[in-house]
Amino acid sequence: MRRYFGRKLLVYALTFVVAVTVNWMIPRFMPGDPVAGMVARAGVSQPAAAEAMRAYYTNLFGLDRPLWQQYASFWGTLLRGDFGISIWLFPTPVSTVILRAVPYTLALMVPAVLLSWVAGNRLGAFAARRRLLDNTVLPLGYVLTATPYMWLAVILAWGLGVVAGWFPVAGGYSFSLQPSLTAGFLLDLLHHWVLPFLSLFLVALGGWAIGMRNMIIYELESDYASYLAALGAPARLIRRYAFRNALLPQITGLALQLGVLVAGALVTEIVFSYPGLGSLILKAIQNQDFFLLQGTFMFIVIGVLVANFVIDLVYVVVDPRTRAGMAGARG
Amino acid sequence: MSLTVTDLRVSYQTLRGEVRALDGVSFTVADGEILGLAGESGCGKTTLGKSLIRLDGRMRHAGGTVELDGRELPIGDDRAMNAFRFREVSLVPQYSMSALNPTRRIGRMVAELLRSRGETLDRAKLETRLGQVGLPREVLDRYPIELSGGMKQRVVMVVSTLLDPSLLIADEITSALDVSTQQAVARALAGFRDAGHVRSMVFITHDLALTARIADTIMVMYAGMLAEKAPAKTMVEQPRHPYTRMLVDALPEVGARHAGRRLTGIAGSPPALLDPPPGCRFRERCPLADDGCAERPPVTEVAPGHHVACWKV
Ligand SMILES: Nc1ncnc2c1ncn2[C@@H]1O[C@H](COP(=O)(O)OP(=O)(O)OP(=O)(O)O)[C@@H](O)[C@H]1O
Ligand code: SF4
Ligand SMILES: [Mg+2]
Repeated sequence: MRRYFGRKLLVYALTFVVAVTVNWMIPRFMPGDPVAGMVARAGVSQPAAAEAMRAYYTNLFGLDRPLWQQYASFWGTLLRGDFGISIWLFPTPVSTVILRAVPYTLALMVPAVLLSWVAGNRLGAFAARRRLLDNTVLPLGYVLTATPYMWLAVILAWGLGVVAGWFPVAGGYSFSLQPSLTAGFLLDLLHHWVLPFLSLFLVALGGWAIGMRNMIIYELESDYASYLAALGAPARLIRRYAFRNALLPQITGLALQLGVLVAGALVTEIVFSYPGLGSLILKAIQNQDFFLLQGTFMFIVIGVLVANFVIDLVYVVVDPRTRAGMAGARG
Repeated sequence: MSLTVTDLRVSYQTLRGEVRALDGVSFTVADGEILGLAGESGCGKTTLGKSLIRLDGRMRHAGGTVELDGRELPIGDDRAMNAFRFREVSLVPQYSMSALNPTRRIGRMVAELLRSRGETLDRAKLETRLGQVGLPREVLDRYPIELSGGMKQRVVMVVSTLLDPSLLIADEITSALDVSTQQAVARALAGFRDAGHVRSMVFITHDLALTARIADTIMVMYAGMLAEKAPAKTMVEQPRHPYTRMLVDALPEVGARHAGRRLTGIAGSPPALLDPPPGCRFRERCPLADDGCAERPPVTEVAPGHHVACWKV
């Protein structure tokens, strides 16, 4: 058991190191001079002031030192939780900007991913049982999974937002309101949350439903199902076993899909101008805010790694075969 | 009479038509009897075994009856058949190695299976039975993946016979095992019969030599029909049907060192069952065939308990 997790953790640690390194490399080895760009955009006309600014940024990046020192100090600041100062929202620290955006992304992602997974599995299991349902769920599921996030989001925004006017199509809350813990503000938050959530939920739903349906049909044809049926076990028991066993690959699927889901959430945020990490990335790119971009990427990488690790843990708990495999690795 | 099968016909529905895998088979199995069912691959052994307990989705009961302890089994009616399964007729399947749900501890699976059938688990009885096949009671706390193939096989034997069924069908349960384990499993099965855990048994195998050791009676099938049925000793020493004679001749010394010998070595192959030719189905390969064999030979009793389907006996 310990060895299994040791191996897993090692893989995650390596992934993290690679991600940090790539993140460090991007602004340094990108074509163009980010410092010159920033100074130019700041529109400072006096040469002396421009020179001071250039010196400041160069110092910030540590561009005047040898590369290995830059790399080492990048890790140093990172481990202290220091992502630098945002250029776009100067002088707010990047970590503050990110922490303001994270709740929005989480509030969108977590329910959309979990609910679509749960609902999709239920729906798929039902479809595997009833022909009528199967004939509707299956094509609908294929349409939903084949739809790009962008499209579905735009269609929903247009249909339910612009035409029907039921939901606002942009922002995390109304501009007229100040964030506060009042019922009015929370309702407004919820109101803005519905459309981006729905678009994420719907797109993911179809894939889970199809996966579950196919897995259940496969499980129902397995040997243990035939054996139980030959001993006269009721269909209820056989379906319960099949459902549980079919869930296992779906959990693996969740781990594999996590990256895609995160990317989908980022795009959705941009479409709906939802103030989460996705919008932050867009703003950072538009404003050439490298610190913010780096910080956001780091945060997403850490988030995906943590989520993957949680799924690993869950899998070990629910599938005895992985535990048996671990015992084998130990002996 | 424990089991009476009369003119049983079962076919598979395929896109190209009906495969008549059982074409009028009649036989009986007495109380306490072990019937060994042998024959080449594809002759319909598994089909016969499944017909007695559960037809799969593509099988159709095309005629004939099966009677167990005086009651007719509704073999064509999947629902009605449930009442008999496990309690009256049970099965140790060909796929025993994968017959247990991989994600349930064995003890829990057994308990859930019994509860779903409205029975309560008698844990002491279960543990005693496991002991009889040489398994510690700890296997109940294990997952199937933690057992060896032979252990899983024995677990399935114990589970299938837990309700003391009247008839047990054991399909090729020894094929995947090595020779010494084969004999242990066969002996364990005979032990179950001796202890009264099952009343009678249909033991399906390719291995005529192994069958001869544990079966009381042997039935040889050919292309969906009965070729010969006789007491085990008679079948090995004085087979009458030309097909059985060739099988036994290919088997130098039954019971001695050649126990593992399989049924091989007869030139040619059985006819397709999709549209079988009229007359004796062994005609193409039979050295004694003549024009009279263009008509289907009836099953005749040449000696008490010895039935042969051939014009030439
Ligand atoms: N699902 C199926 N669809 C169509 N035909 C089938 C099907 N299953 C079996 N058959 C046919 O029925 C006949 C009998 O098959 P069966 O499985 O009963 O043979 P068997 O004697 O058990 O063979 P083996 O020794 O290889 O297990 C064969 O000719 C086979 O081609
Ligand atoms: S009936 Fe004819 S063909 Fe068939 S086994 Fe007998 S002799 Fe051979
Ligand atoms: Mg078979």
